[in-house]
Parts: sequence; C-alpha cells; structure tokens
Amino acid sequence: MTTTLTIVQAGPALTIQDRGRAGWLAQGLTKGGAADLVALYEGAALLGQSPDLAAIEMTGTGGTFTADADIRIALTGASMAANIDGEAIVWNASHLLPAGARLTIGGATTGTYGYLHIGGGIATEPLLGARASHLSAGLGAALKSGDSFPIGPDKGRATGMQLPRDTRFDGGVVRVVASMQTDRFTAEERDRFTATQFARDPRANRMGVRMDHDGAGFHAEGGLTILSEVIVPGDIQITGDGAPFVLMGESQTTGGYPRIGTVIPRDLPRVAQAPAGTKITFEFVTLEQAILLETQHRRDIKALPGQLTALIRDPATIKNLLSYQLVGGMTSATDNPFEKDT
Amino acid sequence: MNQFPKIQTVGLNGILISFADTMSEPANRAALSFRAAIDAADWPEVSETSTSLVSTFLQVDLVTQPLDAMLTRLHDLLDTQDWYTAPLPSGRTLWHIPTVYGTDLAPQLEEAAGLAGLDPDAAISQLSQARVRVLTIGFAPGQPYMGELPENWDIPRQQALTKSVPAGALIVAIRQLIIFTNASPTGWRHIGQTAFKTFRPHSDSPFSLSPGDELCFPSVSRSAFDTIVATDTSGAGGAETEVLS
Repeated sequence: MTTTLTIVQAGPALTIQDRGRAGWLAQGLTKGGAADLVALYEGAALLGQSPDLAAIEMTGTGGTFTADADIRIALTGASMAANIDGEAIVWNASHLLPAGARLTIGGATTGTYGYLHIGGGIATEPLLGARASHLSAGLGAALKSGDSFPIGPDKGRATGMQLPRDTRFDGGVVRVVASMQTDRFTAEERDRFTATQFARDPRANRMGVRMDHDGAGFHAEGGLTILSEVIVPGDIQITGDGAPFVLMGESQTTGGYPRIGTVIPRDLPRVAQAPAGTKITFEFVTLEQAILLETQHRRDIKALPGQLTALIRDPATIKNLLSYQLVGGMTSATDNPFEKDT
Repeated sequence: MNQFPKIQTVGLNGILISFADTMSEPANRAALSFRAAIDAADWPEVSETSTSLVSTFLQVDLVTQPLDAMLTRLHDLLDTQDWYTAPLPSGRTLWHIPTVYGTDLAPQLEEAAGLAGLDPDAAISQLSQARVRVLTIGFAPGQPYMGELPENWDIPRQQALTKSVPAGALIVAIRQLIIFTNASPTGWRHIGQTAFKTFRPHSDSPFSLSPGDELCFPSVSRSAFDTIVATDTSGAGGAETEVLS
C-alpha cells in the first residue's frame, strides 16, 4: 500500500519542489525548482537518496504533517522550530516520524526557505517532466490544509544523522560575473555597485529578490531601450527606479531591463535565504575565478554524505529509548547518492 | 566595423549569439535559423537552446565545458553562411486562428485602428489578412510575440496599463501582436479575442506554438466565436494548421 503524507495544517507558502523543469526555455517556461538547491542536496544526503526526489519547500514557516505509516524525514534549509508530538527535534538532521505522529514545524529562526524531505520522496504525478510547482507559470499550487500526497518507496533505513550548518543564511558577500549588459554600466557605476551595502527587501519571492540601499539608484547607459533578452538565474536586473533585482529560478525567460551581472550559482542560495533586512554586498569575480569556485562547490556537494554524523542524544532525556535508532545511518563510499550526478 | 553577430557568455549558464541590437526581420530570421543549425549539429555540450527577438541562446555548463573550444566551433558555424538571409527552418506550422475583432470582447480595436490611420473596417481587413511570424516566445509560458505588421501598426504602448485582459486576447503595439497566455495587465491594446490556448500543461503537446511558426487571424462573427467557445474542448479555439515546407 502506498504511504500517504497529509498536511494537517499548512503554513501560508508551502509548495512541492525538486530540481526543476529543464528543456522549455524556448517555449517561455523557466526551470524553477527549489530556491535553495543546496538544501535539496543536504536532504538527499541525510536520507541517502537521489537529489532528484521532490520535497516540500516552506517559506517563512512550516505547518503540521502526519503520515499513515512510519516514514523517514529530513529537515534542511532555513532553521525552523520543529517537534514530533511535542518533543523538539534537531534541524539539518534526519528523523523517524512514526505512523500517526504529528510533525509540527514553526517559523524560521534563520533564513527564509526550509525544506521537509521524505524518505522515498513526494511521489505526485510529474508534469512536464518535474514535480516542482511553478506558480508564476500556473503549474501546481500552494499546498493547503488537508492536502495529502503519495510517498515513493523508501529504500533507506538510517535516521538520526545530521549535517553541519553553513553560513548561507546570514547574507554577506555574493559573487557576480560580468554578463551581457555589464558594459552598459560605466566603471564608476559598477564600482559604486560593489561598494554599496544592500539589504534584502521584504519584497522577494521565487521570481526575484529586490535589494534596497541608501543613495541614488543605478543606471545603464541607454537604460530602458534594451531589447528583451534571455534571463538566467542569478541575473541582476536594474529596474526603472534603479534598484537591483536578483532574478531567481521562477523568473520569466526573457526580460528587457539591463543586467549589471550574474550571481554565480553557488551564491544564489545565499541570496534566496537572506531574511528581509539582511546585509548583502556584491563582488565581481572573473569567469576563471567563478569556474574554480563552482568546481570546488560541486566537489563539496558530492562530499556531503561524508559530512554526516550521528545525532548525539542524552539518554536521560529520551522518553522511550527503543524508539530511536541509536546506531545507524552508516554510509559507505560505494553508496553515494550523488555519484551518478556529475 | 560591424559588431554583429556578437558572442557573449551569460553567467555560467551559456552563450548568447546576438545578430543585432534592434528588432528587424533579417536579424530575427538569423536567430531562428542559427538556432535550428545548432539543434541540427546536436553538440553534446549544448543542453538546451532558445531564441529571443534577435539572438540565439545556447545553454552550456561553462563550469565543465571549455569555452575556447566552443567559441571556435561557433565562429566556424557562423562563417558557413549569411544567416540574415538564411531560409527559415522547415517543418514550421502555419496557423489560422479565428478571431473576433472589436465588440465588447476586444474594446480597443477602434482606438488602435485610429492610431494606425485606419477606420475599424479597414483595420479588421488589414489585420485578418496579415500573416505574421512567432518572433519569440516569452513573458508567460507559450506566449508568442508575433510580427511584423505593416508599418502603419508601429503604434506605441499606452501610457497607462489596462488592468487586465483575458487569456486568448489578441493585443497590438510596435508592429507586433501577442496572444495572451493568462489574464494579465498590459500596456498593449486589446483589438481581438481568440479562444486559442497557447499553453496546455496537461496536453500531449503543452506548448501550441514554436518560434518561427506563422499565423493568420481571420475575422469571424461573434456567433461563430461563441460556437467555438461552446464546443472546443482541445484549447485549439477552432484553429486550423498546415505544415510549411
């Protein structure tokens, strides 16, 4: 029988996400997918499964979930207060969610997008090759209280594993490469751009993140006369009022505002996760530097399973010792879920 | 020195070949033809291709694919012919999409006709005989930008946005037409209404149109249109097609 996950109480902005829907750019549909791809890889490492499986993306706050059979879960991305039947559980870790138990996930304490991963993945029917909701294109819908989903077969058994937290939730320096229209901005304007401290505007979503700053707006030469041109995730477009807008996975496929540069892929989760008001600065790197940075990042993603450690619990605080798998989650070098993903 | 075609990297995601910096029929033709040539070459490094009005985009993982080698091959391919006069790709589709012009369904026909220097009947006659090409698809899934109309249709966008025009609306500005995928605000003028769905996500062919397809919008009566709306279950809106060789 198929296991079913039910949303008892949905937060305001939950969607199903995976790595997105490639192949439709020419038809006007961007790839979309999880706002924080690193979190998807972390969830896959924690559960020892493919990063192609779909998870629930939770913007700002989570909800209450239950399943009709024992399932494994992992929680990644923005830290949110979470408990199972009232007992607090650790973020960035995998856990057993017993049949009928209630998993409650509250508001984010760091970051913006949290992820609930399920052993076996959310197994809704793919649409155009993916399960990811793409709300701006009308694909999928925000999840509601009472929704339930089939869960795929779970081949893993380990729970009680954790990954170290990284710093992508705290804003900071975001690296940028020059792009198609960078030379439409004068050297002075580009210098002012990299010298400016920005704060993430509250107006941010899966399509784009607006950056606030004090002082004059930024302007390209011949600014508004640029022909509509292809957009890639991370493009920083300068809108009519001079504010930079970092375009995310669910943007339009083309746009007519000039772009001062493109955030490199590994720093895009840093933009996505920065809560409103978080300080961000941009730094240009050369294409060669960007390639080195990205190569290293891909190596780190592949090495995630090697970063797993067992959650340490104080037996005195555990009500029912037997319900925990105290030794488990052994991973081997031959069982790396990312091996095929080169 | 002519700076076009111009080759640029786009983030770490790919390579853009631009054929002009303003819209023109030859530059759009070049973008479509060059994309078809890239698709036919089937280079393993290229995971996806697309076109905007006057450029071709190749999605290439620049982290793993050496750029210099790609650039050499692109220059070699560009040098094989004059892309601005290249024949358009074969196998494109010609669409005839029944359209109601004016009426309460498309209330800006008269205003647009006036800007184009025509009375409404002459405007309907000109528009329903025009044959336009899908110049590019964007803004919303499957949503075509089509052109170019005769020069008298080089009319500006409105200063103020229309709050919402419905899906299937035929709208006009700057010698181009758009069929809207979804209800949306717009600065273009709403001159016709179709029952044609440009994006049908649950169908076997979810995107009706491809860049380079050609379209005509024959005028039909309100009652014929109502019949189409009442009986069409496919989303084609009564459209007829033929393959262009």
